[in-house]
Amino acid sequence: MQKKTKLGFSADKNEMTDKLYLYSVARIRSKELGLFSRSDIDQLMNCRTEAECLRYLNDKGWGDESSQTSEQILVSEREKTWELLNELVEDISVFNTFRYGNDYHNLKAAIKQTYKGDTTPNLFLSNGTVEPEVIIKAVSEHDFSLLPDYMREVAEEAYQIQLRTGDSQLCDIVLDKAALDRMYSHGKASENELLSQYVELKVAAADINIAIRSLRTKKDEDFLRRALCECESLDINKLIKCALEGMDAIYDYLETTVYADGVQELKKSSQAFERWCDNRIIEFIRPQKYNPFTLSPLAAYLLARENEIKTVRILLSGKRNDISDDIIRERLREMYV
Amino acid sequence: MEILNDYGIVLALAGAVLAALIPGIASAKAVSMGGIAGAGVITEDPSQFGKVLILQLLPGTQGIYGLLISFITLSQIGVLGGSGDISFVKGALYFAACLPIIIVGYTSAIKQANASVASIGVVAKRPDQFGKAMIFPAMVETYAILALLISILAITNVSGINI
Repeated sequence: MQKKTKLGFSADKNEMTDKLYLYSVARIRSKELGLFSRSDIDQLMNCRTEAECLRYLNDKGWGDESSQTSEQILVSEREKTWELLNELVEDISVFNTFRYGNDYHNLKAAIKQTYKGDTTPNLFLSNGTVEPEVIIKAVSEHDFSLLPDYMREVAEEAYQIQLRTGDSQLCDIVLDKAALDRMYSHGKASENELLSQYVELKVAAADINIAIRSLRTKKDEDFLRRALCECESLDINKLIKCALEGMDAIYDYLETTVYADGVQELKKSSQAFERWCDNRIIEFIRPQKYNPFTLSPLAAYLLARENEIKTVRILLSGKRNDISDDIIRERLREMYV
Repeated sequence: MEILNDYGIVLALAGAVLAALIPGIASAKAVSMGGIAGAGVITEDPSQFGKVLILQLLPGTQGIYGLLISFITLSQIGVLGGSGDISFVKGALYFAACLPIIIVGYTSAIKQANASVASIGVVAKRPDQFGKAMIFPAMVETYAILALLISILAITNVSGINI
């Protein structure tokens, strides 16, 4: 994209001011005012029913004319966030770290749909790097050349596993690992500290969860090697060895890593550990509230919105199922603002 | 030495031109940075226009200081009228006198732009804190003013030196 003018000056569209994302960050600063704070969540908690919560959300501008159910409102909010990010950056590929997951989810859904021969509505996610229609076509016509290079091989492998063995779990494992690998390599290559930290935590948390689930379901070493994704903060070989030994070995190993603080939560439940991971993400993105430059505040806003939507989903689900307020509160995430 | 003396005016003029050029370029870049950030705030909240405009314009002063030094130098060396007979050493002194505003003007404009952009972010979130937010970029102005003073003092007194 770099062009030279007659005088030899760089006329790259990504000149200094663009790399600093001055316009976008200033706009995000205003948008952050609309994020839910702890007091907003407390007010939602004070609503007695899900319907009351939805009214509160509507008053706050959540959802649109077509969204009526809680899930439609949450989907609409996610769409609004991506629409905003599309407006703020010239090239949305800077957020690919967050978009690859949707691609692999869609690939998984397309393979399952083809295998079962039925169509389930609302199965596919938008805001991936590849249009869901392209993925569906590639799978249904068994023409993976329609997909980007990095997806072709793994799509073929997962497709063959599903069709020949019918083993959905193995198919999921292969695609989940590919998604994590892709996300991890993109995040690390971005040279953005926030993205790098984010993918590190995401991959490590996924590895820990897989190791624990594998131990509970008595999976062998081959399965673990196929499922776990390499990352800097965990030694995969040690984790596999511990997962084959027992739960205490996993806890002991994690005590020696940067995830030592999460071991207590892990002992409680995998949901408590997931909450700890989400709170940790909020903790490390919080300094971006005071950063006036670069992509990081935009990525932080996206993560803050995702966290907000997840928190509201947990809350609505709790109210819908008449779960006590104390239990719901235990599950709620820290807020960005 | 006689031949060199013919180039005294060239050095002095180079100082005057660079004094207008370098801080001017820096201020243009700095004001543009403020404008871009300001546009981001105005997109969401147009009522903040007045506040962000002031913050945007703060780093524009270095360009004005450079222009002032350039005018004074041009009038002192006879380009705007009078005798242009300046020795090489005197030309070098005029050039040196322009350096504070050239160097500090450039650096302070860019640094002040960074502070202005950060303060525009403060206005976006806390419009009521505009007064405090304005202080931060304004502090950077101090050093541009100091450089301006030294350049003025030096230029106006070089003519009195008998070289």
